[in-house]
Amino acid sequence: VIWLQGAGCTGCSVSILNAVSPRIQNLLLDELVPGQQLNLIFHATIMAGQGEPVIEVLKDAEKNRKGGYILVVEGAIPTAEGGLYGSIGEKDGKHITIQQSVEELGKNALLTLALGTCAAYGGIPAAKPNPTLCKGVKTIFNEKGIKTAVVNIPGCPPHPEWFTGTISVILFSGLEALDLDGLGRPKLIYGRLIHENCPRRADFDKGKFAQVLGDPGCLYKLGCRGHYTYADCPLRQWNNGVNWCVKAGSPCLGCVEPEFPDGTSPIYEKITFEDLK
Amino acid sequence: MSKKIKIDPITRIEGHMAVEAVIDDGVVKEAKSAGTLFRGFEIILRGRDPRDANQLTQRICGVCPIAHATASAFCIEDAFGLTDKIPNNAKLIRALIFGSNFLQSHILHFYHLAALDYVDAAGVVGDLAPFVPRYEGDYRVSGETNAELVKHYLRALDIRRKCQEMLSIFGGKMPHNVGIVPGGVTEKPTEDKITNFLWRLNEIRDFVDNIYIPDVIAVAKAYGDYFEIGKGCKRLLAYGGFDLPVGKLFKAGVISPDLKVEPFTKQNITEDLKHSWYSDSDSGKSPALSDTKPEPKKSGAYSFLKSPRYDGQVCELGPLARMVSNYVQGDAKAKELVDSALGELGAGIDALYSVLGRHAARALEAKLVADAMVDWLQALKPAEPVIIESPIPETGEGAGLTEAPRGAVGHWTTVKDKKIERYQVITPTAWNASPKDDRDQPGAVEQAIIGTKVKDRNNPFELVRIVRAFDPCLACSVHLLDAGRNELGVFRVV
Repeated sequence: VIWLQGAGCTGCSVSILNAVSPRIQNLLLDELVPGQQLNLIFHATIMAGQGEPVIEVLKDAEKNRKGGYILVVEGAIPTAEGGLYGSIGEKDGKHITIQQSVEELGKNALLTLALGTCAAYGGIPAAKPNPTLCKGVKTIFNEKGIKTAVVNIPGCPPHPEWFTGTISVILFSGLEALDLDGLGRPKLIYGRLIHENCPRRADFDKGKFAQVLGDPGCLYKLGCRGHYTYADCPLRQWNNGVNWCVKAGSPCLGCVEPEFPDGTSPIYEKITFEDLK
Repeated sequence: MSKKIKIDPITRIEGHMAVEAVIDDGVVKEAKSAGTLFRGFEIILRGRDPRDANQLTQRICGVCPIAHATASAFCIEDAFGLTDKIPNNAKLIRALIFGSNFLQSHILHFYHLAALDYVDAAGVVGDLAPFVPRYEGDYRVSGETNAELVKHYLRALDIRRKCQEMLSIFGGKMPHNVGIVPGGVTEKPTEDKITNFLWRLNEIRDFVDNIYIPDVIAVAKAYGDYFEIGKGCKRLLAYGGFDLPVGKLFKAGVISPDLKVEPFTKQNITEDLKHSWYSDSDSGKSPALSDTKPEPKKSGAYSFLKSPRYDGQVCELGPLARMVSNYVQGDAKAKELVDSALGELGAGIDALYSVLGRHAARALEAKLVADAMVDWLQALKPAEPVIIESPIPETGEGAGLTEAPRGAVGHWTTVKDKKIERYQVITPTAWNASPKDDRDQPGAVEQAIIGTKVKDRNNPFELVRIVRAFDPCLACSVHLLDAGRNELGVFRVV
């Protein structure tokens, strides 16, 4: 596995560190499913090395491990000015841009996982006016004619089990077993609306709405995006099942959707029928 | 003959960073640090609902989003005229959320970002990625202690995760909490949550007391020379942080190299631009007034970071600054912690100004915060309010200052027609990793590197150990847009 960080905040990585079963230790050191072990050869936040030797690792994979690695991309890809807004390191005195490494490593990867809303659809760095012309991985691949399969695992950040669950399908049953929706997301995780499984659904049905943050009742009038957001947060819950946004009294921000954040804000204003189209 | 060492990327930090040092006769003569990613947050924020700044600015950094959530809430509340109306429960819950983030950040920093510079992980788990490749030749901790430290590296992964779980009791989820909002918090402090939080906290406190602090001391004993390396500018700055009903846990102050305290006032913060890729016309201005006008081809510039200065002086921010600030201002708990650690190491307070001193200050601070959190939990009043509602004003101006795990952080905004007109953020790493200022004074990290002896040019442990001890957060710092830049990071070595 090669894990590249683009225009992002490292929040996706921190979220994956929060994995419980399997834990991050298992992901790094053990066979994730019997007979199959991941080998994380590049991840800027956790790997021991630095400087040119770690860039060498990427160059070696690109050349000698064609079709033998999974590329994980976290963060969007800045494309303005030929990609010069973001660099992952330096080789022979020249910067290697994020765009260049996603394209080069993407071409020869077995599969690319676009982890988080930024990598999947552009996310916050691509918000208006999108100053660095950030794009998601699939858009870049389409533009450059790169055929490698892309699986989107959006979320700001994504739940750690959305990552380990997707990897598990691939290791157990193969890539072809992953059933994706029209936005490239596994239906296993993104198959149902938040609203369908929301514990405050009964309040919505009865017309009992919270008027201010912190009130009981459905959060529809305070901007909840659960009506058009597809994710299993209400069932899985966050941080080892301790809590999640709506349970904590916050509207769902719609953070897994391609429209996040421009189409899902102002955050605390009620959605309209236009939003649902 | 002088030689250049360039380390790009600097890994095991938050964000994208490169460091360059010019070495003459084995000693660093010149140092430059630079960020290598730009997103343009302040531009993205313009024209939005002011309340949204709280969620959006958290996405500056996934390691310490609560720092931005807190600074942003203060900033928006200032602009809305709410600052003195925030309920006590909200202050305490915010502090508990923020304290949890401090603990996860400090533990993550020592074990997972910094420790691999001192601990021989590959010697225990084998030559397995991501523990190799790495610098070779200076792993000094011996067999059993080393194996123990590697075990703690793995255990610390669980503990930092549990900090996030504890945080989400009141924060809803992590990273990027939803509990802190302008006006207060969304979760009520019911008794069941308080008890649940307390027992999670107790497990983490046990780890801090019996594993984290002893491990830092064990590493310090094996690498004693690092109490002499990376002294830095010795002028410390804290804005003050953890705003409680009874005042701040961290005292604000400006500490001179001879340990004299001056009161801190935010009006003394200015940003120099001579060596930054921005127009000189804004140089020396306060963040409340300045603008961001990129000039990517400006000669003599070498960084996208601005150079924040206090009264024109270079300052270091972070756990070292806060612990010394509390120490010299007579905070009994800080004094007791610092004196006992220094006693065990047989060192004076001067030893804190070093690579190991920064790690030690961070660990002691984790204890200071974790212990205080028990009191904050007990001060919660389950039946009382947690939030105050307020309409968005037509116009307003606000500033929100607090302490992030890496050092003081500030947000500034103006609101016009109920929308954000401008938004500025100064992060701790912008101070610590700043380039030279208008008077050519190098930034705090640069000063800490300059003069360092590098034993092995091919394995420059000294440089990465100095840089990582500051716990740099580049995603935080290099959030400014550069509209027209087309030659990224071409460094000219003098």
